[in-house]
Amino acid sequence: MSTADIQHSTAVAKRRATTTPREARMLRKGLLFAAPASLLLVLIYLLPLIMLGGFSVTDYTLGALRWNFVGIDNFTAAFADPVFMRALWNTVLYALIVIPCGIFGGLGVALLVHARKRSRGFWEFAYFLPVTATLVAMATVWQFLLHPTLGPVNAVISFFGAAPVSFLGNPSLLIPTLAMIGIWQVIGFNMVLFLAGLTAIPQDLQEAARLDGAKNPIDRFFTVTWPLLGPTTMFVTVTTSITAFKVFETVAVLTKGRAGSETLLYALYLEGFDYSNTGYAAALTLIFLLIVLVLSIGQTLHLEKKVHY
Amino acid sequence: MSVTRYIPHMVLTLGAGIMLLPFYWMGLTAIRPPAEVFDLTLWPIPKTLAAAENFTQAATSVPMARFMLNGVIVCAGILLVQVVTAVPCAYALAKLRFPGRRLLLATVIAALCVPMQALALPLFVGLAKAQMLNTYFAMMAPFFVSVFAIFLFHQSFRSYPDEIIDAARMDGFSEMDICWGLVLRGSLPALSAFAVFSIVAHWNDLYWPMIVITKTELAPPPLGMLFFSDAETGANYGALMAGATLITAPIVICFLLARKQFIAGITMSGVK
Repeated sequence: MSTADIQHSTAVAKRRATTTPREARMLRKGLLFAAPASLLLVLIYLLPLIMLGGFSVTDYTLGALRWNFVGIDNFTAAFADPVFMRALWNTVLYALIVIPCGIFGGLGVALLVHARKRSRGFWEFAYFLPVTATLVAMATVWQFLLHPTLGPVNAVISFFGAAPVSFLGNPSLLIPTLAMIGIWQVIGFNMVLFLAGLTAIPQDLQEAARLDGAKNPIDRFFTVTWPLLGPTTMFVTVTTSITAFKVFETVAVLTKGRAGSETLLYALYLEGFDYSNTGYAAALTLIFLLIVLVLSIGQTLHLEKKVHY
Repeated sequence: MSVTRYIPHMVLTLGAGIMLLPFYWMGLTAIRPPAEVFDLTLWPIPKTLAAAENFTQAATSVPMARFMLNGVIVCAGILLVQVVTAVPCAYALAKLRFPGRRLLLATVIAALCVPMQALALPLFVGLAKAQMLNTYFAMMAPFFVSVFAIFLFHQSFRSYPDEIIDAARMDGFSEMDICWGLVLRGSLPALSAFAVFSIVAHWNDLYWPMIVITKTELAPPPLGMLFFSDAETGANYGALMAGATLITAPIVICFLLARKQFIAGITMSGVK
C-alpha cells in the first residue's frame, strides 16, 4: 500500500467515525424538528416578501383579471402622492414628539422608581398598566377624557381660566394629541427597560463617584449613571422609534385619517385593504418596511452579538 | 431637607395620576347613569348606580360575550400552534446538529426585524384567493410561527446541560421526550413569559383582524370595540365605557395577579 492509499483510507475511516449512529439520529431529528417551523417561515415570511416585491412593480388591484408591469412607477407615484407624503410627514412628526418624550419620560420615572424600596411594586404597576391595556378601548376612553365639553381634561383647563381645547377637533392638534396618547402608552415600557439597566449598575460605582467629589446626585447621574445606561438607551430608542412608526390603533379609533391626519400604516391600510390598490400598496409597504429595517439595524447587530451560532 | 425628601413621591404620584386617570374615568363612567355623565366630578361614588344598565346595554347592543369568546379562541389557538412549532425548532437549533442550521438561525434573526404589517398585504391576497377571509383560521394563520418564540427558546435551551441530554439518550429517551419533557421543563419561565407576550399581543391586536374580518360575529375584542364605538358615536358613554371595561378587564386582572411575569413577558420582546 502506498502512503497515499493509507492516507486515503484513514481519511475515509475518520469520516465514517464522525457519522456515528448517534449523530445520524441527531441529523435526522434535527431536520425533522426544524421542518414545521421552517415550512411556516417560507409560507409566512419568504413567499409573502417575494410576492410583495412582485406586486410593487405592477398595477395589480385585487380581483382584477389583468395587470401590467409598471416598473418603479408605484414608487415615483408614492413620492408625488400628496396623501402619502402627508401620512409620512404626520408619522415623522408623531415620532419626533413620542421618541424624546417617551425616552426621557421613561428614564425620569425609572430614576424616581429605582430609589423607592417598599413602594416600587405599586409604581411599576401604575406606570406599566397602560402598556398592557387594549389600546383600542383606551383610545375610546381618551376620546371621552378629551371631549371639549364632557371631558375632565377640559374641565381642568377651564378651571385654570383658559379656553377649552378641542384636542380632536382642531386639525393642527390631531397629531400632537395622538402623540400624547402614544407617550402615555410607551412610558411604562421604557421605564421597565431603564429599571433593568439601572439595576445592572454596581452600587460601588455610585459610591466611588461620591468619594471622588461628585456630591451632587445630578453630577453622579452625568458621570456614572448616564454613560453606563448607554446600551439601554440605545435599545429603548430603537424600540420606541419602531413603535412610533407603527402607530395605527389611535388613528383608526380617534381620527380615521380625517382632516389630513393619516399616518403611514393607516394610509397603507386604506390603499391596500379599503381601496384594494394592491400594487401601489405593495410599494408603500416596501417603503414602510425599509424605514423599520433602518431603525432596527442597530438592534439586530446587538442580537447577533448575543447569539453564538 | 424634609420638604425636598418628598418631591420624588409627589412627582411620581402626579405622574401615576395621569397614567391611571383613563382607567379611573372608564370605571367611573361605566357605573354612572347617563344623566350624571355630564357631571364633571371625580368623586368615585355616583348618586345612583347604573352599572347594571350600562353593562347590560354594552352586552346586548353588540355581542360583547361573542367578542370575548373570539378573543379567547384566537389567542389560545395562536399560542398553542406557536409553542408546538417553536419548541422543537428551538431545541433542534440549540442542541442538534443538522445541515442548514446556521442558515435557519440567521433567517429567524432576520425575520425578527420584519413587522407583521409588512407581510399583511400578500397574506391577505393569498387568503382572499383561497376564499378564507372571515374565518378564525385567517385571523390566526400569520402568527402560527413566532420567530420571537424560536429565538427566545433557543437562547434559553442553549444553557441546558448537554450531559443530562446525553444521559437521557443512553436511557432510551426519544428526542421528543427530551425536548418536551426535559429541556422545556427547564425553561418554564421563558415559556410563561412568552405566553404572556403572545396573549397580550393578540388580545390587543387590531390591524390584522381589521383586514381579514368584516363579520361582527367573528370580531375579536378590539375590532368589536371599534364597531361598538362607531355605532354608538358618543350617544351612550356609560355603555361605551362598560364595553371598554369588559375588554380591558381580563388582561388587567392577569397583570394584577402576576405583575412580575407580565412585565418580564412584555418587555423581553422589544421586537414586536
